[in-house]
Amino acid sequence: MSAPAVRAYPVAPLTALDTVWFQVAGTLCNIRCAHCFISCAPDNRSFPMMTRAEVGARLREAEEFGAREYYFTGGEPFMNKEIFEILGDALALGPVSVLTNALLIKPKTAARLKSLAGASPYSLDLRVSLDGYDAATNDPIRGEGTFDRIMAGLGELAAAGHDPVVTTTEACEGVAASEGRARFLEFLRAAGLKRPRLKVLPLLRLGAETARTHAYESWETLRGRELSETEGAGLQCTTSRMVTAKGVYVCPLLIDFPGARLAATLRESLRPFELAYPACFTCHATGLSCRT
Amino acid sequence: MPDLSEAGTYRRVALLGGVYSNYLALEAALKLVENKVDAVFALGDFGAFGPHPDRTLELLREKGVPAIQGNYEESLATDTDDCHCGYTDPRDNHFARISYDYTKERTSSEHKRWMGTLPKTLRLRVGKSRVLLCHGSPRRINEFLWESATPVPFVRRLLAEHETDVVACTHTGLHWKRWLAPGRGIVNAGALGRPANDGTPRVWATILEEADSVLDARFVPVDYDHERLAREMAEERLPSEFVETARTGWWTTCLEAMPAKERAAGRF
Ligand code: SF4
Ligand code: SF4
Ligand SMILES: [Fe+2]
Repeated sequence: MSAPAVRAYPVAPLTALDTVWFQVAGTLCNIRCAHCFISCAPDNRSFPMMTRAEVGARLREAEEFGAREYYFTGGEPFMNKEIFEILGDALALGPVSVLTNALLIKPKTAARLKSLAGASPYSLDLRVSLDGYDAATNDPIRGEGTFDRIMAGLGELAAAGHDPVVTTTEACEGVAASEGRARFLEFLRAAGLKRPRLKVLPLLRLGAETARTHAYESWETLRGRELSETEGAGLQCTTSRMVTAKGVYVCPLLIDFPGARLAATLRESLRPFELAYPACFTCHATGLSCRT
Repeated sequence: MPDLSEAGTYRRVALLGGVYSNYLALEAALKLVENKVDAVFALGDFGAFGPHPDRTLELLREKGVPAIQGNYEESLATDTDDCHCGYTDPRDNHFARISYDYTKERTSSEHKRWMGTLPKTLRLRVGKSRVLLCHGSPRRINEFLWESATPVPFVRRLLAEHETDVVACTHTGLHWKRWLAPGRGIVNAGALGRPANDGTPRVWATILEEADSVLDARFVPVDYDHERLAREMAEERLPSEFVETARTGWWTTCLEAMPAKERAAGRF
């Protein structure tokens, strides 16, 4: 009889495929944020755009597995020429969230999204990234002039009748604490959002962020740890997968790591994953989930 | 292998979503369905928002209404210091805390003990259909199943995994139903204790019955003395935001978890 295999890291089982992410714009983005954890940029072609057909093939699988919700991210999803058709396909199957920097949201875009939302029995959420209360705090991270353009995009969404969710990171001063959140929500209300919602993400010391601050240190690891059932259930990799043009990854955070690519299809990706990456440490410590 | 034993077989039952200490609405609903259904079931969350939590509990127990635990009962029975509603919005958390602390303090230990004896799910048969009663979802007591965020493929999975024809739940406070096939689907009983964020003070009960030999759900409006409830809430110094909801029918708190479609239908 052989001894049970001893693993250096805890293993996260896939308990249910609830959330399916699509990196619909690959790593292509119209800006170059200093904290982007997958270093998206106008010239980052490491992940290409996904076609409607590629997304459709995985959507059919997701439907079969009874997925609950769909998230679309990039890069910048609205750089994808087929984005509206793709969102329509997804909205036929379940609620959809789109993560955007809002720079391409013009009145026509907002109106088209509104009619897509109206045609589905399911919710369409637009989630807009913003990194501060003003240009002085946001622009050093998101780029010169972006604050005004993001606010304009948010304004277009609000004018068309959307209630966007605003994502900010802990790079935004004070927002991790409850008073900071309340202040940020007040700011959004004053800016004209009728029902603002806020999603605060911890920073991940991956990608561009490693140059802005620093990389993970050696002690920041789950090595040797055992996770209880509730700790495991809190990790998004137990209930979701990330679909890219280059295959299915365990989660949205680790696409720069070849070891996190699980398979070509969702079906083959529904297996346990060994939490050997420093980002796993952040997930565990902060309870991070990329969903809203 | 789940325990598939059923609590009974019925032709017609009433389901009560969160009562939230609204004992006046509970009284009105019990009167409304009296002699019209074979049985009444309460799906948990007896406390929160409203005044004098023991009055709701006394009524439920006196009438022998079969009940399952909600997140409130689970928390109260285990003496947890949080209702496990799971908000991150500071305003929602603030109000959730006030309502939980008030309810916890005013609920007698005997009622808390009773809450601990309640099951988390219950199976019945209504007509030919197998019905699984739960609070949030069959898999998690505080999972929110909203109409615009509970799609057909997911419902199909829930029904298959839990070996049932119908899942009946509450926890969100808004009632809705979605059938995948005749007699197969999901019914959210909404709330009996809090208006449906529709600008009217009425609240809702749910009737499950076979019509033309297929199970269907009917949502029945319940009128009650909401001004009296509002007065009692104010006397108990419960937040004016809660009182306003009882009077106007618009939700003022606990909005964070609501998806875009439902949120857009309300005032706040
Ligand atoms: S954080 Fe978002 S908007 Fe900024 S570069 Fe990355 S993908 Fe683009
Ligand atoms: S980074 Fe987080 S979500 Fe991704 S595999 Fe590690 S623990 Fe799971
Ligand atoms: Fe609940």
